[in-house]
Amino acid sequence: MSRIEFMQGNTASAEGALAAGCRFFGCYPITPSTEIAEHMARKLPKAGGTFIPMEDEIGSIASVIGAAWTGARAMTATSGPGFSLMMENLGYAVMTETPLVVVNIQRGGPSTGQPTRAAQGDMMQCRFGSHGDMATIAITPNSVQEMFDLTAKAFNLADRYRVPTFVMSDEIIGHMRERIVIPDSVETVSRPPLAEGELPFAAGDDGIPGFAPFGTGRHVHVTGLTHDERGYPDTTDAEAHDALVRRLYRKVESARREMADYEVTNPDAESVFVTYGPPSRTVQQLLHDRQDEGVGHLRLRVVWPFPEFALQEFADAKVFLMPELNMGQMAREVERHVDQPVIPIPKLGGELHTPAELASVLEAHR
Amino acid sequence: MRREVRFSGFGGQGIILSVVTLGRAAALYDGKYAVQTQVYGPEARGGASMAQVIIDDAPILFPEVTDPDIFVIMSQQGFEKYGVHASKDAIMLVDSGLVHSRPDCRACEIPATAEAKATLGREIVANIVMLGALVASTGVVSRDAIEKAVLDSVPKGTEELNRKALMRGFELGEEACKL
Repeated sequence: MSRIEFMQGNTASAEGALAAGCRFFGCYPITPSTEIAEHMARKLPKAGGTFIPMEDEIGSIASVIGAAWTGARAMTATSGPGFSLMMENLGYAVMTETPLVVVNIQRGGPSTGQPTRAAQGDMMQCRFGSHGDMATIAITPNSVQEMFDLTAKAFNLADRYRVPTFVMSDEIIGHMRERIVIPDSVETVSRPPLAEGELPFAAGDDGIPGFAPFGTGRHVHVTGLTHDERGYPDTTDAEAHDALVRRLYRKVESARREMADYEVTNPDAESVFVTYGPPSRTVQQLLHDRQDEGVGHLRLRVVWPFPEFALQEFADAKVFLMPELNMGQMAREVERHVDQPVIPIPKLGGELHTPAELASVLEAHR
Repeated sequence: MRREVRFSGFGGQGIILSVVTLGRAAALYDGKYAVQTQVYGPEARGGASMAQVIIDDAPILFPEVTDPDIFVIMSQQGFEKYGVHASKDAIMLVDSGLVHSRPDCRACEIPATAEAKATLGREIVANIVMLGALVASTGVVSRDAIEKAVLDSVPKGTEELNRKALMRGFELGEEACKL
């Protein structure tokens, strides 16, 4: 029997992880994500899992990487300053193709900024934050239900593509309470297994090698150095490096259609809002109040890899309007893909744009 | 119809729990939609506390409270910080023993803390008295739903005390603010 609760977003994220079979949580608790760690500390040991507070975020993401290599579904939760500290090891996770989930309850930055207020300022960091070229997956819930659903989904994406996957939420969704339906079970996919006789970093057409967890007799060598298909360092061969980095990039980017998850409202509109996370709810309110088919809305749930083809669904668009809780991070990405003007609508400080604020920007650009 | 409810008082009165309970009553027992939020910051026990809930028959899109219809104010500081700008057509329930200011909108005097101490013997249930008064005077959720939600939320062994507090709140609400 599914159960219905009135629950906080952060708790729902932890419940989603538990339902997806997450059995390891390494963390360094940080505002405003702490309720996730608290809930996991209570629930994970009872589910046969391991909860471990580490000495800092560098250690916490390292512990998650190690746990993932034992075969466990593993995650951590953090916010801006902790996310920054995790960057080097997240690059290591990309290079070693370690499936893991990081929930980032975004707060105002730079630096320690506004610990208790919402922001969406880490949207580029989750994509480009570590050094070197890399591709990652980022998903953006806009409700308590989606905190559950999309955290569970993040594990499937991480395992399917063997790449760190980010639930890029924020203090608003993390701390609000709403009604949520918790299903009996959630759909799960397994990591592609390493076939007998296959090399551990050799990949087929989809670019995703089979996974052999530690302790299963395959003796996989795991390194952040450029490596060959056996997993051994090969750091000076230009072709080997080129092939590896292109594969890590391509396995995510070429799957953006199968990963795509977005909602289109009023595709014939000339003025189109593009949103992700909580500003989408302001736009939904605006559209609900106006009942104006001339105003469209593209709401993204998977932000990275970026589904540029979704923008083409608005064939008559004359302008794209992008309310974000940052200075216009994803607006730059949209700008790359369209000829029409893209208008960033930044809001900083922790509150959402109001419907009236967006209405006035809309009128100014019609 | 969208209704926005704001509770404020001081940390320790159970302000947030009251609002979570109200949201729970609406969302789980009345079949409505609810979004609950609270001020979240480096406040200490005794400082001003504030929490809000939006209740609607339809799904709630914009999740922030902009202009509350209903206020429940349980401290003077809470009034000054979160109640003084109440719009004229709002309704405000004040804990009359703790709040000496009165708003420009319609106010209902509920001596919740005094009553909790005198009749129920425990000041700590003042917030539940206020919840009862709120439900009786505004009908924002049903009496049945709030009773179930209160009983869900309170510690084991205190159900009877809290039920009495809620019933006393219903009576005070009926007396103080007939609509």
